[in-house]
Amino acid sequence: MSSSPGRDRLVRTLKRPGSRGQAVVAALLAVLGFASVVQVQANERDNHYEGMREEDLVQLLNSLSSASQRAENEIAELEETRSTLRSDTDSRQAILEQARERATVLGIIAGELPVTGPGVVVTVEDSSEGNLGIDHILNGIEELRNAGAEAIEINDSVRVVAQTALEDGSEGIIVDGVQLSAPYTIEAIGDAHTLERALNFTGGFVQSVEGEAVGGDVRIRQVTSPSVEIATTAEPLQPEYAEPTESE
Amino acid sequence: MIAGLGLLVGVILGLMLQPEVPLWLEPYLPIAVVAALDAVFGALRAFLDGIFDDKVFVVSFVSNVLIAALIVYLGDKLGVGGQLSTGVIVVLGIRIFSNVAAIRRHIFHA
Repeated sequence: MSSSPGRDRLVRTLKRPGSRGQAVVAALLAVLGFASVVQVQANERDNHYEGMREEDLVQLLNSLSSASQRAENEIAELEETRSTLRSDTDSRQAILEQARERATVLGIIAGELPVTGPGVVVTVEDSSEGNLGIDHILNGIEELRNAGAEAIEINDSVRVVAQTALEDGSEGIIVDGVQLSAPYTIEAIGDAHTLERALNFTGGFVQSVEGEAVGGDVRIRQVTSPSVEIATTAEPLQPEYAEPTESE
Repeated sequence: MIAGLGLLVGVILGLMLQPEVPLWLEPYLPIAVVAALDAVFGALRAFLDGIFDDKVFVVSFVSNVLIAALIVYLGDKLGVGGQLSTGVIVVLGIRIFSNVAAIRRHIFHA
């Protein structure tokens, strides 16, 4: 195999140690090796921006600041949306709360909800002749209403509301079509003290029932704890003729 | 023999010392390294051709490095540093390729 003069020279030089020329080459190669290694290591280190040119850095900074500007705009927009949604929810919740409260109040007034609270239990005994009539019961109910009774129930079976009708029956009274007989138990929720006073004043309910003309007997019990339970409810009224007049 | 040892010593020194590259040198060092590589491959080719001269090698090595750095410096001052350093790398790369091709022909006859 014929070998070239160049290759022979290379092999010869590699085998024979040092001339002056080789020392110079060695020094320069050492510089080259040193510089390359330093550069490679500097490149591998993480401070990526350190060696960058001014213009590149400026461009980078510009793009970063515009990106952050965009992000800030987006944040502001989203925050606005959030606050709008939140206030929407708040007002809706407030309206709902109001409606619910109103429904409760109206339910109590209309007698559609079972209620409980402090009040009085009035037991009315008829005389043996059966002189007690709806006049007296009605009188008692009116007195209780005057004194601020919020819910009234008779004999645990009829809730007294605005539409309640009373009539005389063959054996006692008929309240809203329900036949009741003595003794009547009227339960009323309200301020117990005021309710009792309203029945007891001179010439009032108690006196008229216990007087000569009727000869009945009334017992009033204030109940604060446990409270009076009114469990019966009235049928909700479905207005057929009455319509609300238009008003703001 | 000694030349190879010199390269090895330089690499080991760099690995052991791990010097920080000064900030002003940072844009020029990669260009300088590539320029030096070009000089080294040129020298190897000249050696294989039998026309190697150590003085010529030293001069070409130093001037290569200096001119490369100077061009990049000038480019930075003119505001085209990035483009100029790319240009220098391309030119040096082409020269390295042609030198290496000549070296390959000498050593492998191919």
